[in-house]
Amino acid sequence: MITAALVFAFGCYGLGLLFNLWRIVNGPNSADRILALDTMVINIIALLILYGILRGTAVYYEVSMLVAMVGFVSTVAYSRFLLRGDVIE
Amino acid sequence: MTLFAEILIAFFLVVSGIFGLVGSFGLIKLGETMQRLHAPTKATTVGVGGVLIASMLYFLLIEGNLSFHELLITLFLFLTAPITANFVAKTYVARHLKRHDLPETGRAHGWSIYDDPPGRSEDE
Repeated sequence: MITAALVFAFGCYGLGLLFNLWRIVNGPNSADRILALDTMVINIIALLILYGILRGTAVYYEVSMLVAMVGFVSTVAYSRFLLRGDVIE
Repeated sequence: MTLFAEILIAFFLVVSGIFGLVGSFGLIKLGETMQRLHAPTKATTVGVGGVLIASMLYFLLIEGNLSFHELLITLFLFLTAPITANFVAKTYVARHLKRHDLPETGRAHGWSIYDDPPGRSEDE
């Protein structure tokens, strides 16, 4: 039962990644692309934790924590660059 | 007991998958950029929270050891999602809206995109 639910959740988040990719490719402006990239990072975190449940190991928490930190820093840096023309003033 | 635990974990997994899918679908369904800001920052955060609850229950009830890594990830995501949304909204406002398009703030200081924060001008 858990395996079937895991496969369902994998399908949902994979489809969500495709939706995000569509928004990145033809988003009207750059704020949309930043938002789609941030959503993509969140979906990848969910996929990593699901894979950790599937394999039954606790290794993937560190991976997802690192992905969360790098994703947040990159989103803030890109927004900051578009806002002020500089990342660190 | 094991069947009950499996039903609980499967329920959280399915609900979180649906929430994540709705959040990503709202990103392509909604019309304006400011409307699009709603879908991923709320629904996807709830989806990842559901996955983390399912993971915690799995390692507690099936494997038999309690871990607190999920709480760290949940705390980090819940702290960073509003900041990300604020930055994306500020980027959109700074790029696409002029000063006279924005409503009045109702305070002595204007919008932070165009005016310096209070106390900034005396320092410089």
